[in-house]
Amino acid sequence: MNFVIPDFTPAVPEMVLLALASFILIADTFWSERYKYATYYATQASLVIVGLLILFSFTSETAVTFNESFVRDAFADVLKLFIILVSIGVFLFSKEYLQNHDFYKGEFFTLGLFAILGMFVMVSAYNFITLFVGLEIMSLAMYAMIAMQRDSAKATEAAMKYFVLGALATGLLLYGLSMIYGATGTLTIPEVKAVIEAGKANSTVLAFGVVFIVIGLGFKLGAVPFHMWVPDVYDGAPTAVTLFIAAAPKIAAFAIVYRLLVDGMPGLVVDWQQLLIIMAILSMVIGTVIALAQTNFKRLLAYSGIAHIGFLLLGFIAATPEGYSAAMFYVLVYAITSVAAFGMILALGRKGMEFDQIKDFAGLNKRNPWLAAMMLIIMFSMAGVPPFIGFYAKLVVLEEVIAAGFTWLAIIGVVTAIAGAFYYLRVIKVMYFDAPEQDTPLPASTRELSVGVSVYSLSLLVLGIMPAWLMAVAYNSLLM
Amino acid sequence: MSNLHLILTIIMLAPLFGAIAAGLFGRQIGRKGAHSVTIGSVAVSTVLSIYVFYHYIFNGAETYNAALYTWMVSDGIRFEIGFLIDSLSATMMLVVTFVSLMVHIYTIGYMDHDEDYDHDNPYYQRFFSYLSLFTFSMLSLVMANNFLQLFFGWEAVGLVSYLLIGFYMKRESAVVANLKAFLVNRVGDFGFILGIAMVFVYFGTMDYQEFFDKLSEHEHTMMTFIPGVEWSVITVMVILLFIGAMGKSAQMPLHVWLPESMEGPTPISALIHAATMVTAGIFMVARLSPAYEMSEAALQFILVVGALTAFMMGLLGIIQNDIKRVVAYSTLSQLGYMTAALGASAYAASMFHVLTHAFFKALLFLAAGSVIIAMHHIQDIRQMGGLKKHMPITYWAMLLGSLALIGFPGFAGFFSKDSILLAVGESEIAGSSFAYALLLMGVFVTAFYSFRMFFLVFHGNESDYVKSHKIHESPKVVTVPLILLAIPSVLLGLFMIQPILSGSYFADAIYVLPAQDVLASVYDKYYDGVVGFILHGFMSLPVWLAFAGVALAWFFYMKRPDIPAWINSKCTRGNYVLQHAYGFDRLNEIVFVNGSKRLGHFFWKSVDMRIIDTGLVNGTVNKVSGLAKMMRESQTGYMYHYAFVMIFGLLGLLIWALW
Amino acid sequence: MVALSDYLIFSAILFTLSMAGIFLNRKNVIILLMSIELMLLAVNTNLVAFSYFLNDISGQIFVFFILTVAAAEAAIGLAIIVLVFRNRKSINVDDLGSLKG
Repeated sequence: MNFVIPDFTPAVPEMVLLALASFILIADTFWSERYKYATYYATQASLVIVGLLILFSFTSETAVTFNESFVRDAFADVLKLFIILVSIGVFLFSKEYLQNHDFYKGEFFTLGLFAILGMFVMVSAYNFITLFVGLEIMSLAMYAMIAMQRDSAKATEAAMKYFVLGALATGLLLYGLSMIYGATGTLTIPEVKAVIEAGKANSTVLAFGVVFIVIGLGFKLGAVPFHMWVPDVYDGAPTAVTLFIAAAPKIAAFAIVYRLLVDGMPGLVVDWQQLLIIMAILSMVIGTVIALAQTNFKRLLAYSGIAHIGFLLLGFIAATPEGYSAAMFYVLVYAITSVAAFGMILALGRKGMEFDQIKDFAGLNKRNPWLAAMMLIIMFSMAGVPPFIGFYAKLVVLEEVIAAGFTWLAIIGVVTAIAGAFYYLRVIKVMYFDAPEQDTPLPASTRELSVGVSVYSLSLLVLGIMPAWLMAVAYNSLLM
Repeated sequence: MSNLHLILTIIMLAPLFGAIAAGLFGRQIGRKGAHSVTIGSVAVSTVLSIYVFYHYIFNGAETYNAALYTWMVSDGIRFEIGFLIDSLSATMMLVVTFVSLMVHIYTIGYMDHDEDYDHDNPYYQRFFSYLSLFTFSMLSLVMANNFLQLFFGWEAVGLVSYLLIGFYMKRESAVVANLKAFLVNRVGDFGFILGIAMVFVYFGTMDYQEFFDKLSEHEHTMMTFIPGVEWSVITVMVILLFIGAMGKSAQMPLHVWLPESMEGPTPISALIHAATMVTAGIFMVARLSPAYEMSEAALQFILVVGALTAFMMGLLGIIQNDIKRVVAYSTLSQLGYMTAALGASAYAASMFHVLTHAFFKALLFLAAGSVIIAMHHIQDIRQMGGLKKHMPITYWAMLLGSLALIGFPGFAGFFSKDSILLAVGESEIAGSSFAYALLLMGVFVTAFYSFRMFFLVFHGNESDYVKSHKIHESPKVVTVPLILLAIPSVLLGLFMIQPILSGSYFADAIYVLPAQDVLASVYDKYYDGVVGFILHGFMSLPVWLAFAGVALAWFFYMKRPDIPAWINSKCTRGNYVLQHAYGFDRLNEIVFVNGSKRLGHFFWKSVDMRIIDTGLVNGTVNKVSGLAKMMRESQTGYMYHYAFVMIFGLLGLLIWALW
Repeated sequence: MVALSDYLIFSAILFTLSMAGIFLNRKNVIILLMSIELMLLAVNTNLVAFSYFLNDISGQIFVFFILTVAAAEAAIGLAIIVLVFRNRKSINVDDLGSLKG
């Protein structure tokens, strides 16, 4: 029996991250008493280390290892770097919140690190097993994070809902994967692609499987009609956790959509395209309409996020490399914007003052003009007003979907985007024109937070003025 | 060339940096920090602009046309930020940065104290931030190589001017002036943006060079508004663009905002408008000279508008008593000269006048400001008098500026104004003789009002106010810019007249049809060296008209002050007309304000409230929010409903996919 | 000899049952956990059957992973149920409806 040692190099970032996360998990039990912030700093340091590791070992070549179950390519590296970039912000913004709400625990950070590890594995998955394991590592860690605020009825309810529905979605996804396995006889994504393209698989079974897979993916993205968990979880979870699950996991979900549908089943494009069309329309319309009736800012962001996912799907519907890169551009922008928006809630919140109602923002301009201006940038970017980056994100997906011949879809998109601008502008109106309940100045809870939120918000403006860079990143990483 | 590229980038962005630093971090860096950083950054731009100017004018560098940053590409049309640098833009860059620098320095003295703001309000920093932002906008306008950037600069300048005019937001006059400037400029901008839209539609490009290259293709393209009447596309397009210029460069009848913004609250902003912003329109026409050259109809229109503005606004200068208003109306009148020169295809002469005017008008404004400081913010010239011995530096500065303004031979203004007059005299397009006559009368009027103000302020008997108060010369931050500005006001013309007239100065930037090249014929007929040109000036009509104006002013206001009073009492009607500035404001009030009020009322009451609000908007809003509320109910909160929706979705998609 | 289609039908029935269990059950959250477990077992049946008939071992390896993950999932699920009970003194699905709209 000959045993070949697999090539570990492509997976070095994941292995380092796993080692660091495990180390922090153990060390935290010794640190927690004496060095309160040690876990936090160690977490940020590990993210930076892994980020640098990826950055410096970046190659445009594709490396496959572990029996073709793990891949490292430019696409994976870019997404991982953005996951890290976003997560650093998430942890930075969370620290103060956790303290104020009396559940500053090392577990938050270690669970976060494991969830990031799961995302990394998802992004690099080249095999159904890897994909499933990555997905579960991420999901299990997130269920636990939501439930971490143990004495909150809302948080535990959110965790319960997320858990049950998430498990249901996983079941559907697995059922779909088993169908594809049955039809193609392989679990490896490139082989699946080869078998389908060779026409050797039973097309009914494939079509059957694709529906289940698309539903599983739709759930992870939060697309209608598999979106119902999104507002409840965003609302119920502690804001720091909401911030975490709203940003980076969307990038990972985008990655598995790409891996499964585009890398694995390009031959079935006609099948999944029409499913995505239905989900995209429903997401854009229902997300936008329900958002109009929200008074809770976190729920508002949840529904607007659903509408954003509809736009993201437009890029996949175009089914061209340009379309996929537009979708990638969109998800990166969306992740950065979400961090900024939820970070704003964290920055303004206090002990006993969650700052998650829209009316809390009343007269913010009088109380803290700088952060009000930052919020203005975030809202404009989400609404898709030039020159902020959100405008380009919408523009490129619409362009691609028109280029693919779905002008009517683009029209629906534009109409919902305009209707959607209404609720973002309402927030701005509340900030600038409504009278505040108190006139006292409202500084950010820490200077760190103020700077952090400003950096993320201003990046929306800077990227909006020079969008070409990020567009090139999205485009090249897919085509390299 | 990348060296030049870097320099240009720095020139453009340095003021932006200053504006951001002073505007956003004003409290942190304090007053000193704010003016140091803005002045420093504008000084950097000025020095580099001088280098670029030298590079282009003396070394004759090649036209530089490059994109700095491509914003986006849509349908093959590039939207970008870029530079088109040639002698024209190099000249404008120098003017803009130099005048702005002077203004920045001068502002330190002027804005020091202010009753309108609390001391801890960073108004001072904010003002500097606006000034730098203005410089940045103006630079991006003149350095542009495409219409999009031109439009950006155009609107950004408009925005900052709006902010500057309304700087004292507590004063009503400021707010009114502010609103007026904004509205009138919108009228102009409406034409301007339509013009750009036509460029876009017919030429499919935003880039100047590509636009010029395609001009000949559309020489005979016609368009129809009203059935049966055809217009040349180019004529309509350039006239629309010129309407934008009329707003920005304050040509009749869109001039009404300028005097008000001047008389208004911020004297510094008055200057920055007079010397730089209003020249944006002139610059734009000169920049697009290849297009204007193709439409004689447009040129005639421009010529007549310019000449009318020059004469009629000059007349208004005579009856003003506010020292800054006099200067303001003289600005209007001079802008008329520049515009008239454009209409006569003498673009170079027009730009020449822009250049000289920038210096001597800045000089006049600062001198007037200096007088105002000394008079403790009294601006009425009737309350002044005999200031000569109290403020000698200001006196000489004002004298030199006025001499330049009236075109005393040898001064900068003489060369530029005389070239314009000769060029219009040479021009053969329809309306040029009418325009020439108006401009000649304008010379007389200019001299009259300038020296009326001059004599009333500095000579004659000291008024009670001057006697009872201690009047003394302004501080150094005010007088040094005066002296610095006086030098080019006197000398600039001597060096520039030859290259301007011969056409070599702007050879790479301005295009004139050989048949319409009036400056060339002026050069052939009248120019034989600088001295010869000056001597010829002494023998020609305009100079004597100017002298006559000065003499008459002296006679009326120094010798026999009873005569103007008598005229005033006799010619009530004429006086009334002038006092009300030909009734443009009244006309606006009646026709536009009342008319639009009534129209607005109609639309508000009947159309908007009945049909749109109750029917469409509220109807839609009610329906949508009703829908939103209803759909919101679908989020019941129960897990089994959620699971049910998911499974229902699964079944739906399955059926859809497998059917 | 049991045919492949028999296995598939069997697993489909299991799967449907488990889905019905998730949305019909209004009482005990524990039953939801059981339904989820059942759903994963249906998938496993599918995979094992395919694996056997395709003569390919990888499907069965997948089953091991699913089983392991299902165990972890059940652990977390039970932990969450404990938390819910501590907060509400009830694990009725009907009582979990405060987040809505």
